[in-house]
Amino acid sequence: MTAAPLTPTPAPVPTARPTTATSGRVLARVTRTEALLFLREPSAAFFGLAFPALLLVVLGLFMPWADQPFDEKDPVLSQITAITGYTPIVLALAIATVGFSTFPTPIATYRGNGVLRRLATTPLPSSRVLAAQVLVNVATLVVASVLAVVLGVVVLDISLPADPLALVLGFVLGATSTMAVGCLIAARAPNTSSANGVGMLLYFVSLFFAGVWMPLPLMPEIVQTISRYTPVGAASQAMGAGWYGQAFPATELLVMAAWTLVGVPVAAKIFRWS
Amino acid sequence: MTATPVIQVEHLRKSYGSTLAVEDVSLTVHRGEIVGILGPNGAGKTTTVECLAGLRDRDSGHVDVLGLDPARDRAALREVLGMQLQESELPARITAREAAELYASFYADPADPLELLDDLGLADRRDAQFRALSGGQKQRLSIALALVGNPQVAVLDELTTGLDPQARRDTWDVVRKVRDRGVTILLVTHLMEEAERLCDRIVLIDAGRVVATGTPAELAAQSAGEHVLRFRSPEPGVAAVLAGVPGVHGFDGPDDGLAYEVRGGPEVVQDVMVALSAAGVRANDVRLERGTLEDAFLTLTGQDKPRDAATGRRSRSLLTRTEA
Repeated sequence: MTAAPLTPTPAPVPTARPTTATSGRVLARVTRTEALLFLREPSAAFFGLAFPALLLVVLGLFMPWADQPFDEKDPVLSQITAITGYTPIVLALAIATVGFSTFPTPIATYRGNGVLRRLATTPLPSSRVLAAQVLVNVATLVVASVLAVVLGVVVLDISLPADPLALVLGFVLGATSTMAVGCLIAARAPNTSSANGVGMLLYFVSLFFAGVWMPLPLMPEIVQTISRYTPVGAASQAMGAGWYGQAFPATELLVMAAWTLVGVPVAAKIFRWS
Repeated sequence: MTATPVIQVEHLRKSYGSTLAVEDVSLTVHRGEIVGILGPNGAGKTTTVECLAGLRDRDSGHVDVLGLDPARDRAALREVLGMQLQESELPARITAREAAELYASFYADPADPLELLDDLGLADRRDAQFRALSGGQKQRLSIALALVGNPQVAVLDELTTGLDPQARRDTWDVVRKVRDRGVTILLVTHLMEEAERLCDRIVLIDAGRVVATGTPAELAAQSAGEHVLRFRSPEPGVAAVLAGVPGVHGFDGPDDGLAYEVRGGPEVVQDVMVALSAAGVRANDVRLERGTLEDAFLTLTGQDKPRDAATGRRSRSLLTRTEA
């Protein structure tokens, strides 16, 4: 400092680096607040938590195809019911709902209305708000998925996954890769409506590639191939392979790992606080 | 003992790309003062306070806030400086109480959040969600959040923009109360009345430079070289009387409404009234106009110039053409 020397201020100024705001206690508090706000938003709470289970149960109870064989011509898929075959697809839908909608939207909203800027004036590191959103949305996804599977087993008598390891790997990497894309939205979307616009576009395209409208095994080969390289499509196929007992989904898992490893650092690099 | 300034800024400079937002700003704020940064939109007010609050890095210059350098000691500064930003909201569904308690948890030595809400007149709105608060209530909650860390300095940016006159006055009372708690306040505003009513001192900024500093009265006096006396009189001979008064610099009148405008020094009122009375002339509707802060603002920031310059140019060119 070359500027004019200033006499020391008489007022007490913290000399030690304050650590209050960086403590785990504060992160827990921010997370609890974000969770409360999430639950107060009726549409987010419904689509994030309840919709996957509701969709599975309604289809299972009311669709005539639900207890037919998933695919009579396929030696593996003819052994499970169609609603069992639809279960990993519903899990992929749960992942897409969180990754493209309930996770990135609040962050874009906070950017648009200045919440992030206000937080920047406090000792709280802004990264804590992102961490809290990740925690809230991961919890949402886990609750929604467990709810769907438990109701599927209890109400619809779906058969359990043949290869739980492949299923869990597909689920976890599906969540990380989809949320990595969600991070890209969260990093730049200037406000709620732009996050919703981009998020919903990706959401509906992803649902198509996940086989929500028509199960993937019934779709043309080219659609299945493209699907394998999208996060939600790969998640659907990997979880399907695990559930149905098909070959280990190595390609899909690698694709999802790649999306995660590229998406998160890029999002961190381009993230804007205001 | 000389008082050490709480905020000292010397030759602050900040540009965004090729746009020079702040060219050269120096200012000093002492403990317990309410200092206003006043200037037209785009003058560099917000950039100045963002640099001294550590939200932006300055290009050059020296900034000292409570012995801290905002560019280096951000974490420490945020413990002792509270800031209310313009157009900064909260999540729509958070309650006033939740927000105050959450923000209090960020600080090592926070104020009691509920007491603070009570002090700011939000006691009965504690459990209301942010989206349900009125504009004035949102603004008061915003002030509460800027104060909940028990700061020594509070920066309030465009505090009352968008509030109705009553809410504005209430908010000013709140700011005075905050100062009475011992908080030094830096207030950013483009509202003359707000600066005049609230500030102990004003730093007038235009186009990234400080153009004047002083108390509101001092600033007003700077531009007001002349006092203006207005009155009406139906009687003839007024002009002759005015022409004979030594303190009168100039006058206009009578116009169609028999009104006169007389310009002069501080004694112009007394001199003119005495002279008129001695001549047996009655004056009605006597009004004295002194320079206001608004005059100072317009003169010092050159906001009155572009229009005059434009008309001047136009009439000159018209004249030239006529002559040619």
